[in-house]
Amino acid sequence: MGSESDFLVQFKNVQKSYDGVHLVVKDFNVDMVKGEFLTMLGPSGSGKTTCLMMLAGFETATNGQIILDGQSINNVAPHKRDIGMVFQNYALFPHMTVAENLAFPLRVRKMGQSEVTDKVNRALKMVRLDTFANRRPAQLSGGQQQRVAVARALVFEPKLVLMDEPLGALDKNLREEMQYEIKHIHEDLGVTMLYVTHDQVEALTMSDRIAVFDDGIVQQLASPQSLYEQPCNAFVANFIGENNRLMGKVLSVSGDTCSVELQGGGGTVQAKKVNVGQVGDATTLSLRPERVLVNPAQGSCANLVNATVEELIYHGDHTRTRVSISGSSDFIIKVPNTHNQQHMKKGEAIRIGWDTDDCRALDA
Amino acid sequence: MANTYSKVGEMTTNDGVPLKVSLRRSQRKLKLWAFLLVAPLLVFILVSFIIPVVNMTLRGVENPQVINIMPNVVAELENWQGTQLPDEAVYAALVTDLTMGRKNKNIGKVATRLNYERSGMRRVITGSARKASKLKEGPYKEQMIKINKAWADVGVWSLIKRESGAFTSSYMISAVDRKTNDAGEIVAKIEDKQIYVNLFGKTLLMSFSITIICIVLAFPIAYLLATLPLAKSNLLMILVLLPFWTSLLVRTTTWIVLLQSQGVVNDLLVWMHIIDEDGRLQMIYNQTGTIIAMTHILLPFMVLPLYSVMKTIPPSYMRAALSLGANPVTAFIKVYIPMTVSGIGAGSLLVFILSIGYYITPALVGGQSGLLISNMIAYHMQNSLNWGLAGALGFILLVIVMLFYALFNKVIGIDKMKMG
Amino acid sequence: MKKLLKRTIVATAIAAVSMTMATTAVQAADTMTVVSWGGSYTKSQERAYQEPWTKMHGTKFLSEDKAGTGLAGIRSQVEANNVTWDLVDMLEGDSMIACDEGLIEEIDYDTILAAAPDGTPASKDFLGGMNGCFIPQIVYATLFAYNDELFPGEKPSTIADIFDLEKFPGKRSLQKIPDGNLEWALMASGVAADKVYEKLDTEEGIAMAFKKLDEIKDSVVWWEAGAQPPQLLADKEVSIASGFNGRFFGAQVNEKQPFTIIWDGQLAEIDGWVVPKGKLTDDLKAYLKFATDTQRLADQSKFISYGPARASSAALVGKHADTGIDMKPHMPTNPENFKNPIIKNAEWWANNKDDMNERFNAWLAK
Repeated sequence: MGSESDFLVQFKNVQKSYDGVHLVVKDFNVDMVKGEFLTMLGPSGSGKTTCLMMLAGFETATNGQIILDGQSINNVAPHKRDIGMVFQNYALFPHMTVAENLAFPLRVRKMGQSEVTDKVNRALKMVRLDTFANRRPAQLSGGQQQRVAVARALVFEPKLVLMDEPLGALDKNLREEMQYEIKHIHEDLGVTMLYVTHDQVEALTMSDRIAVFDDGIVQQLASPQSLYEQPCNAFVANFIGENNRLMGKVLSVSGDTCSVELQGGGGTVQAKKVNVGQVGDATTLSLRPERVLVNPAQGSCANLVNATVEELIYHGDHTRTRVSISGSSDFIIKVPNTHNQQHMKKGEAIRIGWDTDDCRALDA
Repeated sequence: MANTYSKVGEMTTNDGVPLKVSLRRSQRKLKLWAFLLVAPLLVFILVSFIIPVVNMTLRGVENPQVINIMPNVVAELENWQGTQLPDEAVYAALVTDLTMGRKNKNIGKVATRLNYERSGMRRVITGSARKASKLKEGPYKEQMIKINKAWADVGVWSLIKRESGAFTSSYMISAVDRKTNDAGEIVAKIEDKQIYVNLFGKTLLMSFSITIICIVLAFPIAYLLATLPLAKSNLLMILVLLPFWTSLLVRTTTWIVLLQSQGVVNDLLVWMHIIDEDGRLQMIYNQTGTIIAMTHILLPFMVLPLYSVMKTIPPSYMRAALSLGANPVTAFIKVYIPMTVSGIGAGSLLVFILSIGYYITPALVGGQSGLLISNMIAYHMQNSLNWGLAGALGFILLVIVMLFYALFNKVIGIDKMKMG
Repeated sequence: MKKLLKRTIVATAIAAVSMTMATTAVQAADTMTVVSWGGSYTKSQERAYQEPWTKMHGTKFLSEDKAGTGLAGIRSQVEANNVTWDLVDMLEGDSMIACDEGLIEEIDYDTILAAAPDGTPASKDFLGGMNGCFIPQIVYATLFAYNDELFPGEKPSTIADIFDLEKFPGKRSLQKIPDGNLEWALMASGVAADKVYEKLDTEEGIAMAFKKLDEIKDSVVWWEAGAQPPQLLADKEVSIASGFNGRFFGAQVNEKQPFTIIWDGQLAEIDGWVVPKGKLTDDLKAYLKFATDTQRLADQSKFISYGPARASSAALVGKHADTGIDMKPHMPTNPENFKNPIIKNAEWWANNKDDMNERFNAWLAK
């Protein structure tokens, strides 16, 4: 992904332990290029925020190197790192006005008055809050506070901006709006951003690359598309997007496909071999609900399985259809509501099918 | 729906009852309940606080003695000009009143009252009363002057006339080191008798110093309490609260044991050859002692509000300041401290007002220089028995406290305070 | 569980009711609330009068150590119309004020109090202070004592020595009231003991007294409770202290402290009983008659070195009840000790107390 000097941030074999017994971050390695929007996604307690705090300098790495712009910053004090940060609770200083909040990083850098005013105004304009300069944070709505926090993290033109679940406190509509706004700011300014969230939709819509965390380890680091389309293990497949899981046992392997015998007596299916061991090992088959076809034309699918309709939920553009297959009853199919779609009834026996490439055989 | 507007602009319910009336009716029961819940506390405060305060303040202006016990003199003096001795009628009234007062055994109250204003009046009144009751017939003027030549002093008569109202300003005047002279002008007392104004000043100054010391000492403790892990902060909290759980007297006498010139601290200093035997420090029975002991006692009142405020400040604010490029000291001063202002304010108000009114500790360890105005009030309540003056001093103290409260409200805002 | 709860409640209620009844019963069975100065002084009163009286009549005595604020207490109780004290120990000066204000009962000395054994009526037998309400009890002295160990060479012996910080170095301890201090300051300035009140009647005399006090002000530790001066002397916090002679005696005898009393310039004052308004019952009269008779007053001097206030008691003063020390040489009224006393002028103080207190407090605060 480019030469060593293009990397703005590098984590090299970083480990972190609070108690000397357990590792919260087991072995973290990542390289961020300049201008990239990288998201660390994972459930709470997965170590993603700890990595962010180590980069910001509020936690020290127990082992390993953190490199910013070619320099090791393990021993650099937080205020000398020149990293902007947006906090989950915004951490706007309540005793200062919006303008004073924005001016704070400039004043501590001993910037001249006119320059400060200039930059503050520009930053406020960027987040469309120029008329709110003299308000206190408490007089702003959540979304406005959020924008001030972003503007404050950017106003001093840091090399890197960190965001720690910045949209967590907003309601759904506002959250989506802010996602786009942050994304646009990122594109317009070309600033490098490292973003932490546990919301996969947020991660998918905003990021260039996503590092999926679990249990102190990066499970997969890839673009949103390949994370969704090509999850490399069961955790990622499950965590990103909606996913159907079928348990089975590998019967044979040929090239990049393998045949798997479904648990529960549903027969044998063909799957793309992604993350399986030898013949005889257990595996999890991952299937996206929208890639499953109902009563496909004979011969159009490599795999065909019998199923029974358990539940139908109307969702407007599609109908969520829960079917039982091979002994498990939580298999979901998204059936698009196109006009030539046939109508199913509860209890109806159907046949469902999928392409071999859409069914990924992953670790058990 | 047609009934909703009976007249233009007045909303009614569907029954045609004005909406406001209906609302009031529906809330009446709730309000009654709320009042009943508050009532016990209200009664308690009224009985144990407000009535005594009002009563005490009234004592500072009440003047029942002369008007009640010498009614005839008061009536006769009404038209007296005050330039020369009153005429026979006044003296006759004086004899009547003194005789009655002696018979009723309450002439001493007048004597005590007038003695506050002018030394020696006790002897004049009680002595004259004893002899006046033996006088057979008038004219009385000559006879009374013969009994005590004070009755030939226009100043004495001016004093009686001045104090013949049901209310007096003389306690208030006295409480600010002033007095009314024979000519009726308010003038400063002789320097040897001026005490209260200085004492008020000293009280404010010492309370201010104690408050500042408390802030300086409490801030780091509160910060530790708010940031340490729970197990450790609980232990620390117990240490902070420990003074609350020991008797005030025990704590104060402990300081005496520690600080007196043959005490532990001095012994230690002598033993370490920091001072020699003759150079033992006087740390108690003076202002130093008062400040040390009171700071110790009042410290928790500063720690607790500070702690409760600091507890609510997430670490992200300091981190935000650091990440924005402020060094730790700047971040602390510019961001952290301003966010604790409400706690500092609440603590300061508590400590300041408490120390203005403190009197047990200064009485025990204050010696002569460490006394506060409240000791003077207690002294007048218990020893000199001049309750009028005590009431006046107490009232002035109350006014000062309220002024500070108002000032504080203006600067910081009471609504922003956090008491803990 | 419910039954247990019920039983507990009933039991508690019964206990509470019976306790209330018991208290009332005790009070009904003749108790007397006596206010005095506390410490060894109250003890001496208990042993000399109260215990024998209880033995004879079963009366229970409740002691309150509030004589220090006795006048304030009586005044507030009388004003609130809720007098709980039966008998109050008071100084002669305060009793004059209380008497004038009608706060205490008038006493007809010869009918209420016992005559001397030789038939002298009470009004002639008591040493003084009979202002119509006050029943004298003891003569005590406020005087100076020093710690021997602090003066290995020459010892202080006069009032003038006390004000001489150069010749007799060390801190002084004085009572935090003007009474006594002003008189001594004048004596130290050369005024004769029997002329001090004459002098204090002049503005010049008062100024002179305060000027003399100025000389030692910085070396004074002020005391307020009678127990403090012996303690301060024992701790060597001060070298010379003023105090009540009985307290110094107690420290000398009971604690074997190396104290020496300076009898020169002792301020002799009479202390006695007063009866708050409305409390002069027949029971109380009977007790007063007993407690102030010649023998009882002499008995009190077995326990504390205060002189009985009756002339007829003097001859009966004997030995200390616990140590067997002859008490006569320790009496303030002993001729050997009574060579140059100041007799406290209670009337002068009643008239000038407000004024002197004001000046004294202002002077202290300066």
